[in-house]
Amino acid sequence: MLLGILGMNSLDCTPATNSLIRSEADSQRTLYPYVTGTSVVGIKYKDGILLAADMGGSYGSTLRYKSVERLKPVGKHSLIGASGEISDFQEIMRYLDDLILSDNMWDDGNSLGPKEVHNYLTRVMYNRRNKFNPLWNSLVLGGVKNGQKYLGTVNMIGVHYEDNHVATGFGNHLALPLLRDEWHENLTFEEGVILLEKCMRVLLYRDRSAVNKLQVLFSLCGIHTSRLLGNCCTV
Amino acid sequence: MSVNNFTEPKFLVGPILRVLNRVRRQYIQNPVSTLHTLCNDVVCKMFRNQYDTDVTTWSPAGRLFQVEYAMEAVKQGSAAIGLRSKSHVVLACVNKANSELSSHQKKIFKVDDHVGVAIAGLTADGRVLSRYMRNECINYFYTYESQLPVGRLVVQLADKAQVCTQRSWKRPYGVGLLVGGLDESGAHLYYNCPSGNYFEYQAFAIGSRSQAAKTYLERKFVSFMASSRENLIKDALFALRETLQGEKLTSSACTIAVVGVGEAFHILDQETVQALINEFEIAGEEAAAPDQAGVDEPSAADDQAAPVDQSAAPMDM
Repeated sequence: MLLGILGMNSLDCTPATNSLIRSEADSQRTLYPYVTGTSVVGIKYKDGILLAADMGGSYGSTLRYKSVERLKPVGKHSLIGASGEISDFQEIMRYLDDLILSDNMWDDGNSLGPKEVHNYLTRVMYNRRNKFNPLWNSLVLGGVKNGQKYLGTVNMIGVHYEDNHVATGFGNHLALPLLRDEWHENLTFEEGVILLEKCMRVLLYRDRSAVNKLQVLFSLCGIHTSRLLGNCCTV
Repeated sequence: MSVNNFTEPKFLVGPILRVLNRVRRQYIQNPVSTLHTLCNDVVCKMFRNQYDTDVTTWSPAGRLFQVEYAMEAVKQGSAAIGLRSKSHVVLACVNKANSELSSHQKKIFKVDDHVGVAIAGLTADGRVLSRYMRNECINYFYTYESQLPVGRLVVQLADKAQVCTQRSWKRPYGVGLLVGGLDESGAHLYYNCPSGNYFEYQAFAIGSRSQAAKTYLERKFVSFMASSRENLIKDALFALRETLQGEKLTSSACTIAVVGVGEAFHILDQETVQALINEFEIAGEEAAAPDQAGVDEPSAADDQAAPVDQSAAPMDM
């Protein structure tokens, strides 16, 4: 019943009812999501990557938490945005913190870029799905390293790809068509933000789990990630 | 009817008499310490010194002799040379075959598209470590879809070697590795030694008669960073010729491998190498001499080389 109200992305799986998979360890496996975030939208622009997501954490149909940061920087080069179960996102952040820490401990001139982090997450997500204990998230991973822009996505079943513009959840249905029409290679930062704001506005109108407070992250060529927090009230 | 008993006096007479004579002389000088030195001497007849039995024993001077002996094994192998520029790394080595009938030992291994290694010393150990390196590269690529940085690979290799210097049930690897590779920060050449140390080099040579090559490299290394690929290979061949001590350099006697920007690690085939040798006229100082001398020279060198080979253990290459 909880699932029907959530209105999840069609890619999300229904919990397993097959008794072959059920076991004593069921309480240890993720069966349903509880506190969830809705869409994340990401685009490449001329100088780097832009990610946008609202700051809502829904508890079923209740818009329970309104200051949840669903976009985070990862290491020196990357940004991650997550929709789906917030606790699983926190777990993913723990994995990534360990990963970045180990990377930094080498203390050599090398560092993990967005492509490496994306692939690492793909392996983690796919592995968990194979054990029937998924991390119930759809992730957007973007960043810039050595002038190369990278934007990709991976979801709870391990499906992963890169593109110039990606979205999760309802964003796939509402934001991507807008981006396909209006995205081009040489968007300036301002144009990119305006485009993302347009997408988030449509999502606020049409997605029941959306809230009116946004978070936008950008990653520049040659500069570490930086954040700007926006509060947008629409009538 | 009795079986030959090796504890019978006739087998022990020689060593015992020698020791007894020495003891007699020492006793006359200093009776007190004679007993202590007597024990040491009997033991020391068998070992170079008393602290080299296993790798987990320090000497009073703070040395681990087993590790140092392992580094000696590297010096017994045939020469391997590495040099690097900003964008390329060249590995070169001398092929040594046990006899004319056999093929030569493989000394250069491709570890990944961006990394290769040349070894000197116990080839079996070298083969096993190459397999480890290949595994690490593949696993890294599987997880991160990008090349394992060479600097990290050599640290992992060095850590693996260090473990063998601190376990009583292991022995150090008896092989020195010249690791040449490319990563985001440019071209790198490292030397990993059995002690678990690793160093980065502009150019280096290991193995027997490597000092001659090092002397040549020391003269020329300042220009390597800006060198072109062809000049780098040329310098590698010249350095290799130095280790041959007058023998003629032919493509059958050496192996060259290159890795660079836009060029995956690969071993050059014999025709290419011979063409390069001819082009740079590296063949040898006797190239100008008449053919007769050219024919005699290699066979004389072979005879000289044979005793050296016999003293080196068959497992060393």
